[in-house]
Amino acid sequence: MFIRSTTALAALFLLSAATLAQASDKPSDPQIAHIAYTAGVLDVEAAMQALKKSKNKEILDFAKDMVRDHEAVNKQALDLVKKLNVTPEDNATSKALTKAADEERAKLAKLGGAAFDKAYVDNEVAYHKQVNGALETLLIPSAENAELKSLLETGLKLFQGHEQHAEHVAGMLK
Amino acid sequence: MRTAPTVSKRHLWLAMALTIAAAPAKAETIEVTIEKLVFSPATVEAKVGDTIEWVNKDVFAHTATVKGGWEVTIPPKKAASLTLKTAGSIDYFCRFHPNMKGRLTVTSP
Ligand SMILES: [Cu+2]
Repeated sequence: MFIRSTTALAALFLLSAATLAQASDKPSDPQIAHIAYTAGVLDVEAAMQALKKSKNKEILDFAKDMVRDHEAVNKQALDLVKKLNVTPEDNATSKALTKAADEERAKLAKLGGAAFDKAYVDNEVAYHKQVNGALETLLIPSAENAELKSLLETGLKLFQGHEQHAEHVAGMLK
Repeated sequence: MRTAPTVSKRHLWLAMALTIAAAPAKAETIEVTIEKLVFSPATVEAKVGDTIEWVNKDVFAHTATVKGGWEVTIPPKKAASLTLKTAGSIDYFCRFHPNMKGRLTVTSP
């Protein structure tokens, strides 16, 4: 629990640090598109691990929902960047998110049964909360293109929904 | 008179329209649109026997779920409906995205 939170906090710190940085440091649209897309891919990867490891119906259903929703929104994101002729650009925030998620997956890989289920869903709550914070305070306010901003706003509602869904599943495991 | 037949036909239509309007309240279908994870209108007033049709414009599946009651699943870019059987105020939400909320106020016909 401690180690997990530390990883999440480290990534959160990086995102917050970016928020506090000067306006010239705010992410560009190609970077924002990359961060949002990466956030979705990472949650799909976490869900794939759960689908392989868990035997709990609530967890399996939740993981399937995550794969379905994040793949759908990322397809919209890809269609949009293509239409806008924007090439998503890798950046420090995307790298920090990916690193934190890789570490989390490695930790979860060592767990099984109820311990895995609890760790997975707790991390889903924390992860969606963290991405919501980044969307609200950094990505949405920084987005220049109106269509990108609108997609991020839909993404925020989706992630907020997932956070509540994850909290509900976490409550059912107890 | 050349126009006479047209006029009388129009009167006939009017009479039919009035007959339909005067008939006792018929069951209606009320549409609720789902777009960008929002039910709209969020609150609907309906009568027992009316049908609610949810039209999902999102690429995500949603549900209209009543805690301890019914559930309707609305696949992406599809519609699904439910005929209201009982009166009362019903709060519903989406099970996949519990931040999506709606209400139906159902009265006896
Ligand atoms: Cu939904």
